[in-house]
Amino acid sequence: MQTDELLINMGPVHPSTHGVLRFKLRMDGEIIKDCQLVLGYLHRGTEKLGEMKTYQQVLPYTDRLDYISAFPNNYCYVKAIEELAGIEVPLRAEYIRVLVMELNRIVNHIVSIGSLLMDLGAATMIMWGFREREKALQLFEMLCGARMTFNYIKPGGVREDLPEGFIPKLNEFLEEMEMRIKDYEQLINSNEIFLMRMNGIGVISAKDAINHGLTGPTLRGSGVNHDLRKLEPYSIYHDLDFKACSRPEGDSYARYMVRIDEMWESLHILRQVVDTMPEAKVISTSKYGVAPMTGVPSTVSTYFPRIFTPPAGEVYTRIEAPKGELGFYIASDGSTKPYRVKIRSPSFCNLTALSGMVKGLKIPDLIAAFGTMDIVLGDVDR
Amino acid sequence: MTNAYELIINILTALGVYDMILDMFKPSGTEFVLKLIIVVIELAVLFAFVLVTVMFLTWMERKVVAMVQSRYGPMVTGPRGLLQPVMDGVKLIGKEDIVPAKADKFVFNLAPYLAFVPALLVFIPLPFGESLIISDLRVGLLYIIAISALTPISILLAGWASNNKYTLMGAMRAVAQDISYTIPLALAAITVVMFTGSLSTVDIVSAQSGTWFGIIPKWFIFIQPLGFLLFLIASIAEMGRIPFDFQESESELVAGFFTEYSGMKFAMYFLAEYAHLFAVSGILVTIFLGGWNGPVLPGIPVVITSLVYFLLKTYAVVFFAMWLRDTVPRMRIDQLLNIGWKIMIPLALLNLLVTGFLITAGVI
Repeated sequence: MQTDELLINMGPVHPSTHGVLRFKLRMDGEIIKDCQLVLGYLHRGTEKLGEMKTYQQVLPYTDRLDYISAFPNNYCYVKAIEELAGIEVPLRAEYIRVLVMELNRIVNHIVSIGSLLMDLGAATMIMWGFREREKALQLFEMLCGARMTFNYIKPGGVREDLPEGFIPKLNEFLEEMEMRIKDYEQLINSNEIFLMRMNGIGVISAKDAINHGLTGPTLRGSGVNHDLRKLEPYSIYHDLDFKACSRPEGDSYARYMVRIDEMWESLHILRQVVDTMPEAKVISTSKYGVAPMTGVPSTVSTYFPRIFTPPAGEVYTRIEAPKGELGFYIASDGSTKPYRVKIRSPSFCNLTALSGMVKGLKIPDLIAAFGTMDIVLGDVDR
Repeated sequence: MTNAYELIINILTALGVYDMILDMFKPSGTEFVLKLIIVVIELAVLFAFVLVTVMFLTWMERKVVAMVQSRYGPMVTGPRGLLQPVMDGVKLIGKEDIVPAKADKFVFNLAPYLAFVPALLVFIPLPFGESLIISDLRVGLLYIIAISALTPISILLAGWASNNKYTLMGAMRAVAQDISYTIPLALAAITVVMFTGSLSTVDIVSAQSGTWFGIIPKWFIFIQPLGFLLFLIASIAEMGRIPFDFQESESELVAGFFTEYSGMKFAMYFLAEYAHLFAVSGILVTIFLGGWNGPVLPGIPVVITSLVYFLLKTYAVVFFAMWLRDTVPRMRIDQLLNIGWKIMIPLALLNLLVTGFLITAGVI
């Protein structure tokens, strides 16, 4: 039968593109023959802004990259500065950093799984997920007053110590979360329709995944056990007991399951962090520190200078953000502003594999595969 | 008393006013006008009932979803948000009625009404209770299936006339789905007809009166569990609800075939969808769940108790459909068609064959 090719322009405003992503689809009926991604609708010039602001002023912009999980962005940028300037960080600050980052990982995976299920037509999961996410956001709010854009992790430590009553509330959250993840698994994991939609959809082999530069759960879903927390332990991860979760199948279900497993691991990490957290100050007063201001309570750490000049040089740091490998490259010319800031964002790199994955599938499969990529457009377009 | 027309006349007679009214028309030889008036009253009551039901269902749907998702749902307008549908209606009336520039205007405007009319017509042979039926058609069940099969035409017209790729795909999916699920639907219903020997909905309901051993009601669900299951799945597919809501799968096709509609025309589809939901649930109750049959309560007229039983059962089915919507994700269109043609239809045929054998052998 003679058929015509159908060109569908999906997005930039479309319910399931998670923001302003645009697919140009060449379709043969319901079958995708070619999928082209058009990016850049949310480009805000974060990297260029990095060259125009002082080191401390760039920090809030990193919150707005991956706004679902802003702590790892904060941390990665700060880690780059610390490596550049050789700043020592107190142990307690590192513990708090890992604590908030793992909490953020749970939040990220909740949102990821929730929006995946919503794209598949089951709106319940996202409502349940946001119920728990709200509790986590309240914890963040206790910590730094912000719910999504934190600006909390600072060069040399963290902005403030844990507030009173934070740990008990966190423990409450951890206990509840354990129950809730079981709920999610009960709702989703063995749902026959969910399995039909997920199994064998959007398969990417380990080789292709590596060649495309995939990282994070998307790579680990293809059986490559690549987790920077294990391979290049930063912060206090070498002291913690956890395992990197991976699945061999490489399909959408594997990527989804990796996220569920990681939520369990994050809970495990959080418990250890809470149990072993040392008592100490939370911000460095070493090389770049100045004397504390008089009249300010010692818990409020205001003594890291607003403007400081790291030595000339360049540094690249990478961490395991919830979405994958997040890297910051900073070149310094010894002035108060970075000479160049380059962000290697996991969402952008992971997205490159999508068009290859969905060729020959149908539009609903594109939605399913895309949902398991877990991208945030703020991170893609920087 | 067999239908609502006679019920009205009986009530009028009991009130002692029927002869008086008849005398007003008799001298001029225009009794047919009286008949017409009574029929119009019946239809007006039915129409009002359907509209109120639809409004209630939209509220109920939101409340059920909210319950499952641990939130409140509408709470502001009216007690527990009961007036929310009214506000929605007011909002929709206030919307601009947009017709896309490249749409086929006549068909585009016609399609929403074509969708609503079949949803209303289905109610005509639906027994709401003892003698609460507009017309006991002798081909009632066939009529219902035939009228439901009209909906795809309106959907296809809407999808085509909108001149939009998403609407076209939504419409094609909806039509493919409706066609493939009307067959198992009809085949599952036929097994019941084999027992009753009649297509009339009233006969089907009366065949389900009484009990076995004084406990188990003689509903066809117990004789035809497989038929019930097939009919349930097929009717949810016909209603176009999750997990089978391809015609409007919003995460893929924006809103499917009614993407381009706004204002009251959009509301028409909304009305049709919920009217259809209620109608299909009512049909399911009529065929498999004993219709308006239930324990007779002394002192209360059967007309009232039967109506209550019917509504209770129907709302239970409606609740099930809503509950299902909140629990499962959407299937894929090809998976759905596979299940329809490769599993449902063979199973329905097998069910028909086995039932035929058993009836001929005199086992049941």
